[in-house]
Amino acid sequence: MRFTYRASIAALSTVAVVAGGSLSASAQDLTGDLKIFLDTSNPAPRATMESAIAKFGEMNPDLNIETTIIDREAYKTQIRNFLTANSPDVANWYAANRMKPYVEAGLFEDVSDLWAEPEIAENLASTKGAMTIDGKQWGVPYTYYQWGIYYRKDIFDELGLSEPTNWEEEKANCAKIVESGRACYAIGSKFLWTAGGWFDYLNLRTNGFDFHMDLANGDVSWEDDRVRATFANWRELIDMGGFLENHQSYSWQEALPFMVQGDAASYLIGNFAVAPLREAGLSDDQLDFYQFPAINPDVALAEDAPTDTFHIPSGASNKENAKAFLRFMVSPDIQTQINAGDALGQLPINAKSAVDDDKFLNEGFTMLSSNSPGGVAQFFDRDFPAEMAKVAMEGLQEFMVRPDNLDAILARLEKARGRIYK
Amino acid sequence: MTTTEVPPITPEPQRRSRYKRNEISVTPWLFLIPAMLFFLVYVILPIFQSFNLSAYQWDGLGEKEYVGLSNYKELWDDPAFYTSLKNNLIWLVLYLLAIPAGLFIALFLNQTVTGIRIYKSLFFFPFVISQVVVGLVFTWFYDPTFGLLNSILGVVGLGPVNVLGDPTYVTYGIIAAGLWPQTAYCMILYLTGLNAVDPEQVEAARLDGAKGWKMLWYVIVPQLKPATFIAFVVTIVGALRSFDLISIMTNGGPFGESRVLSFYMFEVALSEYGFRMGYGAAIAVVLFLIMLCFIAYFLYSMYKEERGH
Repeated sequence: MRFTYRASIAALSTVAVVAGGSLSASAQDLTGDLKIFLDTSNPAPRATMESAIAKFGEMNPDLNIETTIIDREAYKTQIRNFLTANSPDVANWYAANRMKPYVEAGLFEDVSDLWAEPEIAENLASTKGAMTIDGKQWGVPYTYYQWGIYYRKDIFDELGLSEPTNWEEEKANCAKIVESGRACYAIGSKFLWTAGGWFDYLNLRTNGFDFHMDLANGDVSWEDDRVRATFANWRELIDMGGFLENHQSYSWQEALPFMVQGDAASYLIGNFAVAPLREAGLSDDQLDFYQFPAINPDVALAEDAPTDTFHIPSGASNKENAKAFLRFMVSPDIQTQINAGDALGQLPINAKSAVDDDKFLNEGFTMLSSNSPGGVAQFFDRDFPAEMAKVAMEGLQEFMVRPDNLDAILARLEKARGRIYK
Repeated sequence: MTTTEVPPITPEPQRRSRYKRNEISVTPWLFLIPAMLFFLVYVILPIFQSFNLSAYQWDGLGEKEYVGLSNYKELWDDPAFYTSLKNNLIWLVLYLLAIPAGLFIALFLNQTVTGIRIYKSLFFFPFVISQVVVGLVFTWFYDPTFGLLNSILGVVGLGPVNVLGDPTYVTYGIIAAGLWPQTAYCMILYLTGLNAVDPEQVEAARLDGAKGWKMLWYVIVPQLKPATFIAFVVTIVGALRSFDLISIMTNGGPFGESRVLSFYMFEVALSEYGFRMGYGAAIAVVLFLIMLCFIAYFLYSMYKEERGH
C-alpha cells in the first residue's frame, strides 16, 4: 500500500514508441457491447463520468455502451450481488484492502497485463502498490485526493493564529479557538469513518507509517503502548473541548454548517469537502488548507490519499472492450479532464496529466508528491480489513464521546483482532 | 410410480374421472397449493437454510467453512449481541404502550361532533406516512443544536439533551418516534372495534349504575377483545421489526448502543462492512426463536378461539 509519486523515467524513450503504438491500435473501432456500472451518483461526478464515457463512445462509434449509475451508498452493498451474478464489464471501487474480499473470491479480473504495458507501467507507477494483491494488479485507479486540515483563515487571522507545524502549536491554536467560544474541529461521526481519519493521522504522526500498516495488517496488538500513546494524544484534544459537540449525531455533511457559520474553525477531511464549503459561500480567502502537523519529530510525515479505481469483474463478457476503456480512462488527457476543478476536483493518477489550477488541488499535489516521505496510506476503512474497520471505527467513536472507556474499547478491539486475522 | 400403471377398466356407470370422484376433498388442496408452495420456498426453507448457514463461516463470496457451533459461542460473549437483545426487550415492552394510548385516543374520537372525520384522519396521519419520514422528522426534532425539543427545553430552562447521541436515551428516543405511527394504528383498530360495541349492553350497564372507569373496564374493554388481540399482534410484530427507524435515525449508533437484533444481523452480514453471513444467520436464528414464542402464543390463542365457536 506504500507508493511514491516519483515515477521512474528509466527507459522511457525506448518504450514510448511502443506504448503510443499499442494505445492507438487498441482504442479504435471496438465493436460489441460494454456495460459499465458506476457509483458516481453525485451531480458533478456523474456529469464528469458521463461526458468521459460519451467521448469514448465517439471514438468507437460501433461500440454499444450501456452505463448504469447506482447511488453511492447503495452501490457498496449491491456490488456483491452484481459481481456474482450478471456482472457488468467495468465497475468502479476502491483500492487496497477494500478490494481484497472480491480479489480473494476471484470476482475481479487480473489486469497485470495492462500494467505491463509501458504507457501504464510508466505513468501510473505511483499507485501500483495500492492496486497490487499477491503480486498481481486487479484494476486501475482513476482519481485520488488528499486529506488534511481545512480551516477558516479569517477566524485564524482574527485570533492571530498561523498554520501550525508541530503538535504544540496545534494544541496552542486549539486552546485559543476554544477560548473564543468555538470548536477547533468540525466532525460528524454518525457514519463512523470520519473518526477513522483522525485515528489515521494521529497514529501516522505518533508512530509512523510502518507501524500504522502493521496495525492494519493485524501484526500489532491494539493494547500496545504505542497505540495507547496515539490515543493519549487524541485525548488531549478531546479534553480541551476541541471537537464539535454532539458529533455522533451528525454525518460529515451535517457538520459542514458549523464550519460555514464559524462555530468551528477547522475540519480534518478529504478534498471532497471543498466543493460543498464553497457552495455554502466560503471564498478561497476564507478557506485554507494545511498539512496535519508533526507530532513525533522522529517520524516521517505520511498522508492519507484514498484512491478510487476501475475493475473488470471476472464474470464480464466483453473483457477486451473493458480493457480498452480502462486504458482510455487512465490516459493523460482524460485524467486531466475528469480530475479538473469543475469535474471531480481531485488529483489525476497519470504522471503526465496536469493538475488543475485550483488552490487546494495544488496544495494537495505538492504535499503528496514532495512532503510525504513516510508513505501514503489509503484510508482507515480501506487499509484495515472490512470487519476490523467496522469494529474499530465504532470503538473510535465511543472513545471520542467517552474517553474514559479506552481500556474496555482496546480490549474489545484486541479480541476482534484475534478473530479476524487468522 | 404405481399411479402410472394402466388401471383396470372400470364398468360403465363408474366412468367418472379420478378428480371427479374426489372433487370435494381435492379441490381445497388445489387452491392451497400455490400459497403453500410459495410459503414453503420463501418462508419455511429459508428458516432451515438460516439454521444451516449459522454453522458456517462465510463471507458471502468465497468458500463456506464449517465451524459447528462456534458462531453461537461467539454470540454468547459478544457484548454487542447483549446490547441488541436488551434493546429488543425494551422495544417489546415499551411498544405495547401504543395499545392503551390507541384505545384512549379512539375513545376520545368516538363521538359525533362536526368535523370528527377530519380529526380522525389527522390522528391517523402518522401511520400513513412512511417510517423513513417519521424517522427523519424525529431526527430533526431531537437535533441537539437546532431541534425543536431542545428549543422547548431551553425555554423551560433545562439543558440541551442530545437524545440520539446519548447511549442512555437513544433507544427510548427511537421508540417514542415509533410509538407515534403505532398508536395511530392501534387507534384505528379500536375505532372499528368501538363500532361493534353493543349499545344495549352499554344501556343495561348504565341502568345498573356503571360509569367511568368501571364502565370502560368491565363493559367496553371485554367487548373490544378481538381488536385488542389484533392490536397486540401488530404491535409485537412492529416492535420486532423495528429496523427502518433505527437505520434512519441513528444507524445503530452511537457506538452500536441503539441496535436491535434485526439491525445487528443486517450490519454483520449485509451492510457495507459486513461479510459474516454465518454470524448473521446465528443472530437470525436467535431472533427467530424469540419470535417463535410469540408466534406459538398467537397460533394457540387463535386455535382456542376456533375451538370455542
